[in-house]
Amino acid sequence: MARRELAEINAGSMADIAFLLLIFWLVTTTIDSDEGIKRQLPPPVPPDIDVPQAKEQNVFNVKVNFLDELLVEAEPLDIEDLKDKAKDFLIATGDGIMAHPVGRETVGKNREVVLVTGANGKTNAAFPERLWVRKVDVKQRIAEYEAFVAAAEDDNRRKNYTKVLASWEDKLATIELLDGDYKELPPSALISMQNDNATTYDTYLQVQNELQSAVNELRDELAVAKFGRTYKELEDLYDRNTEDGELLKKIIAVRSVYPQRISEAEPREGSTYY
Amino acid sequence: MATISTASLPDIVFMLLFFFMVATVLRTEEEKVRLIRPEASELYKIEKKHLIRYVNIGVPMDRRYGTEPVMQLNDAFSSPEMIQDWVSTERLTLAESEQSKMWVSLKVDKDTKMGIVTDVKQELRKASALKVLYSASGRERTQSGN
Repeated sequence: MARRELAEINAGSMADIAFLLLIFWLVTTTIDSDEGIKRQLPPPVPPDIDVPQAKEQNVFNVKVNFLDELLVEAEPLDIEDLKDKAKDFLIATGDGIMAHPVGRETVGKNREVVLVTGANGKTNAAFPERLWVRKVDVKQRIAEYEAFVAAAEDDNRRKNYTKVLASWEDKLATIELLDGDYKELPPSALISMQNDNATTYDTYLQVQNELQSAVNELRDELAVAKFGRTYKELEDLYDRNTEDGELLKKIIAVRSVYPQRISEAEPREGSTYY
Repeated sequence: MATISTASLPDIVFMLLFFFMVATVLRTEEEKVRLIRPEASELYKIEKKHLIRYVNIGVPMDRRYGTEPVMQLNDAFSSPEMIQDWVSTERLTLAESEQSKMWVSLKVDKDTKMGIVTDVKQELRKASALKVLYSASGRERTQSGN
């Protein structure tokens, strides 16, 4: 009896089968990335409360009309110029050009900011006045609040005082990290955006993007000059290791100089959308 | 002449297949509206995908539902007033400790008018779902003059 030869299975077509599977998968799946511009919406405002109006020079007004045209600080503007204008707003100080000293250099020193003379004859009418945060003052405040915390009678008060104390301690850390006093935007300073109901979403998002870009570029500039990394790199590093307190301090320092202050105006009442 | 052995070719292709299967995310819901996302440069990527809930806004794919932009929640068209209920049900699907960390990703077609988007945002505020992400695809930063 002849011994049967063990026939080898031809595997040549396996590749074709696998290719078919691969192509099927490629066609049916969509790569869905969850990326976008993040925003924190303001909490709802009760109807009977008047929203306090900020000083006009402290608000950078961006309005977009139904033809997708921009009105920035009451003047028409191309969207290409929006970022620079927003940067000017964020770095300008009352007395001319900003900014915060970084080592022996001053970041943003050579930036030319077009100063606008206001009705009151002051040349800083279009910009918020940055206020000095000085080491001496901050130290004094910290001492005050430490005393308050120690003397606090109930837990509730102690909690509140501790919160304020922590914010002053952040400021002190910022001064130390930046090697000197810095100027901070007044609390009411903000970039305000208002759109029409017929504005297209694309334009809306481009405006949001340019404003965010202004903040991010300034933050990057400071972070690179001071810490040798862009702000985004700092944040990414921190995301990977949230126990790194030093890194968090650096991030807070950059944020205190250039806070994120982009807000959206309340939609006007009585407008019809459809 | 010796032929090159192709025996390992299936293995290579299978590896490719597995790579794609692992690397891609399956879309969980069907998009019923036309969505062309705007482009932006200042993007933020949410790492914890299970915290994201989606709201789609755009013109319906199926012409029978009209040519005006509509909002899609989960798999159905809804009106903006439905958002508050939707937010509270979606919150319950998350672990208690993560309920306040929910993100709402607004996927809006770039040609949509802002009216409906504003409505949706107002409803989200009322529902205290304040963390939103305006979904966009990437592009380079615009060059600034300074």
